[in-house]
Amino acid sequence: MSEKIKKLNVSKPLVLDCKKTVKDFPLAYETYGSLNKNKDNAILIFHALTGDQFVSGTNPITKKDGWWVTAVGPGKAIDTNKYFVICANVIGGCMGSWGPKEIDKNTNEAYGLNFPVITIKDIVKSQETLLDHLGINKLLCAAGGSMGGMQLLQFCATFPNKTFSAVPIACSTNHSAQNIALNELARQAIMADPVWDNGKYLKKNIQPKNGLAVARMVGHISYLSEKGMQEKFGRKLQEKADYKFSFDADFQVESYLRHQGFAFVERFDANSILYITRAMDYFDLSRQFEGGLVEAFKNQKTKFLIISFSSDWLYTTKENKDTVIALNAAGADVSFAEIKTDKGHDSFLVNEPEFLKTLKGFIDSMHIKFKNEKK
Amino acid sequence: MKKEFRVIADLLPRNIRVLDVGCGDGSLMSHLIKEKNIEVRGLEIVEENVKKCIYKGLSVIEGNAETELHQFPTKSFDFVILSQTLQAFYNPEKVLKDLLRIGKSVIISIPNFGYWKVRTSLLIFGKMPVTKTLPNSWYNTPNLHMCTIKDFFDFCIEKKININKVVGVNEETTSEIKKSNLEIKNLFSKVGIFLLK
Repeated sequence: MSEKIKKLNVSKPLVLDCKKTVKDFPLAYETYGSLNKNKDNAILIFHALTGDQFVSGTNPITKKDGWWVTAVGPGKAIDTNKYFVICANVIGGCMGSWGPKEIDKNTNEAYGLNFPVITIKDIVKSQETLLDHLGINKLLCAAGGSMGGMQLLQFCATFPNKTFSAVPIACSTNHSAQNIALNELARQAIMADPVWDNGKYLKKNIQPKNGLAVARMVGHISYLSEKGMQEKFGRKLQEKADYKFSFDADFQVESYLRHQGFAFVERFDANSILYITRAMDYFDLSRQFEGGLVEAFKNQKTKFLIISFSSDWLYTTKENKDTVIALNAAGADVSFAEIKTDKGHDSFLVNEPEFLKTLKGFIDSMHIKFKNEKK
Repeated sequence: MKKEFRVIADLLPRNIRVLDVGCGDGSLMSHLIKEKNIEVRGLEIVEENVKKCIYKGLSVIEGNAETELHQFPTKSFDFVILSQTLQAFYNPEKVLKDLLRIGKSVIISIPNFGYWKVRTSLLIFGKMPVTKTLPNSWYNTPNLHMCTIKDFFDFCIEKKININKVVGVNEETTSEIKKSNLEIKNLFSKVGIFLLK
């Protein structure tokens, strides 16, 4: 596994929000395309809850498509023939970055629940070190959807003007009660699995598969819209003509959820879900700045494009617009577009032509402006 | 570019901050950036137009001016522009109030219902006017609150809104409108452009 994963050893001490200091930890990352001479084509991507650094091409670990192949790759909206794309695995994650399944040097065992509770700010601060490592002073663009968008807003607030432009997609400046509730549901599902054993399952080399699968099913429901789900599955039965009068997956939607749930346990660590969802729940940008969001976004030179999806009930258009309002109040340069679609929160990950066209149009026009600025 | 946009551009100083409410596909915005080095933002309700602006690298917010002007802080722009849409709002008075709050100055253009062709349509033919500036029929027009240049003039006086300059635009010429020539200009201008403070 390890030779397929690029890792940066972050040697600079990082003071976490929980007050612990860490140093010499691994940050796994991947890059696509190449950085040009003028260094005006670098795009940083932040991944969502269950994503990783393998944005495009084939994920060398899972052998499946990268999580954003619809948008990133040769000839795609974010064209890797033209742009240098960077993505790091979040700390707390499980694709090579410092996370609860990594070995704690002090105990020679996997961290499990001894891993510190991290925040979106900690995640972003650790990733910023990657830009130094790659020799990038200023990015052309940074983009991310869902938790990736939250990281991006944090990145812009913590490191102002590190990027010429930014595309926060389907996200918000703080996690809503509904989203905290859904995350809690996912965590409780994991913790209710006896195999979880207070996070110590890794010692026995097993995963709390049942709990983790249920956690994933919760997620999948929230990523779709009511209409999208009805159109995709309706009341269709799964490979049968009639009810079986049992608790098997009679309906296609049940079969879909079970499949998604149990495919997920093959590639993800249950403790990582606990830690990352916690980081999302703790996210509240206005809480970090005394003057609230206006203070968070003041003196921004970055050109923002916020994108929301009309059928997204996890990060609604209204929440995305609240971010626009905050950026406007701070005098930032912000654009906003709502994509009309039935595909729900998942819209940014699937083939949604209007979204991809908007993304491409924005980034290409920003590239022209950035090149002119650098001249 | 539309003659009206040229008049609006001429009213604006260089190097200022402008909000273009109902910016359409961004042609006025592009012009202001290029010719006057103006920092310009747009608000637009039509999705297709929003995307056109984004592709051009213009800053635009998809939204409805009727309900979403509150997001812009007080006096956050030097000028706010509203081109030929005031009459389409449910509550134009409220929208205008918001524009005057956001901008240090406001430029508003209105299609003039007092234009002679409009008047003759109703007077001679007894039908609701359909012209180049008012292309819709009575049943599908977005224009809920049509007014004449004179109406808007009186409205500003009544509401104690400071009129700095008024320009009348018709096919061939543009000319300044003053109280002294209001009656005649109200008859021969297709569009009235008001600079308010």
